[in-house]
Amino acid sequence: MYQFDYHRAQTVAEAAELLAANDENTLLAGGQTLIPTLKQRLAMPAKLIDIGNIADLNFIKAEGDAITIGAATKHADVAASPDVAKHLPALAHLAAHIGDPAVRNRGTIGGSLANNDPAADYPAAALGLDAKIHTNKRLIDADPYFTGMFETALEDDEIITEVTFPHPEKAAYVKFPNPASRYAMVGVFVAKTPIDIRVAVTGAGANGVFRVKEMEDALSSNWSPDAVTGIKVPEDDLLSDLHGAADYRSHLISVMAGRAVAATM
Amino acid sequence: MSTTGIGQAVRRKEDKRFITGAGRYTDDLNRPGQTYAYFLRSPHAHAKINGIDLTEAVAAPGVVSIFTGSDVAADGLGGLICGWTVHSKDGSEMKAGAHPILAEDTVRYVGDHVAMVVAETYAQAKSAAELIVVDYNVLDAAADVGTAQDGSAPQVHAEAPSNTCFDWELGNKPETLAALKNAAHIVKLDLTNNRLIPNAMEPRAAIADYDSGTDEYTLWTTSQNPHVARLVLSAFVGVAPEHKLRVIAPDVGGGFGSKIFIYAEETACTWASAKIKRPIKWTAERSESFLSDAHGRDHVSHAELAVAEDGTFLGLHVQTKANLGAYLSTFASSVPTYLYGTLLSGQYALPAVYVEVDGVFTHTAPVDAYRGAGRPEATYLIERIVETAARELAFDPAELRRKNFIRTFPHQTPVIMNYDIGDYDACLDKALALVDYDGFPARKAEAESRGKKRGIGFSTYIEACGLAPSAAVGSLGAGVGLWESAEVQVAPTGKIEVFTGAHSHGQGHETTFAQLVCERIGVPIDDVEIIHGDTGRVQFGMGTYGSRSGSVGMSALAHALDKIEAKAKKIAAHLMEADAGDIELKDGVFTVAGTDKELAWAELALGAYTAHGFPTSEIEPGLKENAFYDPLNFTFPSGCHICEVEIDPDTGVTQIANFVAVDDFGVIVNPMIVEGQVQGGIAQGIGQALFEAAHYDETGQLITGSFMDYCMPRADDLPDFDLGFTQTDCPSNPMGMKGCGEAGAIASPPAVINAITDALGVRDIKMPATPARVWAALAAPSPSSD
Ligand SMILES: Cc1cc2nc3c(=O)[nH]c(=O)nc-3n(C[C@H](O)[C@H](O)[C@H](O)COP(=O)(O)OP(=O)(O)OC[C@H]3O[C@@H](n4cnc5c(N)ncnc54)[C@H](O)[C@@H]3O)c2cc1C
Repeated sequence: MYQFDYHRAQTVAEAAELLAANDENTLLAGGQTLIPTLKQRLAMPAKLIDIGNIADLNFIKAEGDAITIGAATKHADVAASPDVAKHLPALAHLAAHIGDPAVRNRGTIGGSLANNDPAADYPAAALGLDAKIHTNKRLIDADPYFTGMFETALEDDEIITEVTFPHPEKAAYVKFPNPASRYAMVGVFVAKTPIDIRVAVTGAGANGVFRVKEMEDALSSNWSPDAVTGIKVPEDDLLSDLHGAADYRSHLISVMAGRAVAATM
Repeated sequence: MSTTGIGQAVRRKEDKRFITGAGRYTDDLNRPGQTYAYFLRSPHAHAKINGIDLTEAVAAPGVVSIFTGSDVAADGLGGLICGWTVHSKDGSEMKAGAHPILAEDTVRYVGDHVAMVVAETYAQAKSAAELIVVDYNVLDAAADVGTAQDGSAPQVHAEAPSNTCFDWELGNKPETLAALKNAAHIVKLDLTNNRLIPNAMEPRAAIADYDSGTDEYTLWTTSQNPHVARLVLSAFVGVAPEHKLRVIAPDVGGGFGSKIFIYAEETACTWASAKIKRPIKWTAERSESFLSDAHGRDHVSHAELAVAEDGTFLGLHVQTKANLGAYLSTFASSVPTYLYGTLLSGQYALPAVYVEVDGVFTHTAPVDAYRGAGRPEATYLIERIVETAARELAFDPAELRRKNFIRTFPHQTPVIMNYDIGDYDACLDKALALVDYDGFPARKAEAESRGKKRGIGFSTYIEACGLAPSAAVGSLGAGVGLWESAEVQVAPTGKIEVFTGAHSHGQGHETTFAQLVCERIGVPIDDVEIIHGDTGRVQFGMGTYGSRSGSVGMSALAHALDKIEAKAKKIAAHLMEADAGDIELKDGVFTVAGTDKELAWAELALGAYTAHGFPTSEIEPGLKENAFYDPLNFTFPSGCHICEVEIDPDTGVTQIANFVAVDDFGVIVNPMIVEGQVQGGIAQGIGQALFEAAHYDETGQLITGSFMDYCMPRADDLPDFDLGFTQTDCPSNPMGMKGCGEAGAIASPPAVINAITDALGVRDIKMPATPARVWAALAAPSPSSD
């Protein structure tokens, strides 16, 4: 690690001000991505602005037909929340299977969405449920939010404050973990909301999380595993690595999509 | 019978400190005035170093000194050595280039040591290293063992043309070739034994402290054999004279072989501590462990088995390319030769075996012994080809094995080993019963109804432990003898200290060695202390590897206890005014046969030191004895492992549905510890079969350089193992023990792969059989899959 200053912010406004003050300042949430990066000396921030303790970012609220989760809410808290379990069990299940207990007790939903790792789990839920990503500046829809691998619509000095998920009629997330890292090698989130039907895939896309339109169309006329297991996502835009070539990932998308649909029934 | 004697599941004495966080590992230790070392490593697999510019780095904050290969050379220090000389078919010695402590003009693998930066803090050393400017001329690398001998491949050492360190052979060639020529059936198999990274929980570490007043060096390091480290550092590298160097291996958190070897880091720290006259500490980061701990396995083999019409095995011919990495590590040459070829007869009465092994240099980390060392590679080969033979010739795999089992002992194989004892039928029978072999077809059908493919695979293994008879290994090229020593020191209060040259890095010696003392003397186990891992306290020792601590180390202790008992009885005879021949020792009390005279162990001990009651002209005062024990033979643990898998054809995921292991380890000192060793070994073997692989790309970059990509087995990957034991006592040592530390890792990989290939109906699948590979095999069944 290189030397850096550390500041524990008390409010979003304070954090925003510090973040805007210097290009080299960086937000720290759970640190489960950032700290390993620092330890490997792959980043050299001037100041870490710790937003983990800001009370306004730590909450889970069920209001009307949506659940809103503060950006600094830990994976373990989402997994254990009775509100999430009641209205969005698929999200509780997803959070409960991120990393290991240490990761879940530090890592945050805001950090995960800001980082947008192509193998992370939360992006699939956000895109699959058409979540609204609130920042200190604006509200961003999930579709335009995810712009590529480790890329988002966030500006450099923008802070995610909370994320709103609608209550779906049906939803499920099925993850095929990478055997080594246990991040998603393929993770498929399927959801039927009052507005639309969505299938979001993480772990496999060369450009990060993506939707599978053909599967969504098929499900809207026939909500059953058979509707999706025959649909192949082309290999061209899929990741290929030591753990799985694009053809295998393409195959797994169909299988996991089928299992996700089955899990809603 | 004592509740802490031989055969009792005594709880481990050492666990109190380990599980309460009170263990003391090298990195827990600190010396006054200590500095920190950071090693700048090569980012290239192969490059010439045109120059190293230290100007900015030496001026960086906190830097004490920076050392490079030219400093080492200027001091006339020797390089690292390989302690086993292997010869090629033409009688010539193996060919190897120098193994410098810090690279001189060439780097040969990613992670090779370029410079050592010593600074007041670790962070300062690391920051200064970033300021070192190395002018590399990057060259092509030979990263793959399969192609490194090709004419066009880049050369690792000029001394070893075609990257061939040796082309070694063993066995009866004409008989083997004749058998293959005349046999009714020839079963052929090409196999890869995947390269593994040891990943002990504790990374390697060292603290070297030079005392300028006495000219003495102390090195605390993560070693499985501190005396061997001292010998190599003094006699071969020339860092310090042997009597001025003390090597201490305190608590060590796992080794699996990787801490046998003498590496550049502890060597450089020891040498440099005298240069700067301050202690130097170094602890590997996990990514350094991946790059620079000696790796294991990495064979590519072709095998042919000659089989008669009735299933009798007639001959086995094996050709293997063994990856040695970029330099010969401490025992690298012995692993793919004398620890491999000698086990290729397996449990079978094979009249002819001929094995050819090319030891091949590549631009990768050195490869050396890793849990099992050569025997897993041999077992994988023979158990895979025997299973393949059963399938091709339509034999039941258990029956084909049984047909060829060795049943008379001693049995001389065509490949040096002389098996002293065993009962292979007993293991197989017990394993078949435990696994419920007859019920397999029903279980397979039931799995089918759930859409799963179920398969079963066998491995009836033999291995050689108890390394080793010194004269025998000397004749095969070893530079050392493989005896062990023990010293027993009885204090005047009767408390007993045992000094052993074996070293525990997880095995539980502090408990098992104490159990032997309890068994023999009858004192409470808390009155016995086992001391190991310190050349300043333990007279001599060869350390722990090759499952030798029980059969060799405890045998030395048994001999030392014989001497203690003999002397104690002589003293007791005087104290009780009886004849020495009438004295008995039982449960810590001396008695005189036919009388009611008694003398407690502690009274005897005090008497030995007061020396009031016996003639000191005949019997020396005190009670302290030592023994060196050299084994008569290797020991031959054997057994039968059977694995059942279920494969999900939709995803290629393999689940171990059932795993049975029946082992014959001879006498078992502590069944709880032995079961733990077997479970850990099987976990590692399943790791090799399903998960683990060190992968270098064609430029020699390690792709699996962290746990994000190198897949270790986890608890939830493993089933409950069904363990059983049979026992034939080893006649070759006084303990009757064979050794249990490696059997699980040796036996299990072929059982798993045999089960997977059975489930899939394919001839082979490469290890690790990842979901992607299994799915590919299912998608396109072919004789061999990648
Ligand atoms: C061993 C291990 C296993 C893991 N396994 C998984 C897994 O299976 N699935 C999975 O999805 N993830 C996994 N993770 C990642 C984990 O979920 C991380 O917690 C997450 O990716 C980042 O969240 P964090 O709170 O730790 O963010 P940090 O590491 O603190 O920050 C990450 C980045 O996001 C920025 N950031 C943080 N919060 C905000 C915010 N509110 N607004 C704007 N920018 C912000 C930071 O500046 C930084 O650049 C794993 C991590 C580890 C170490």
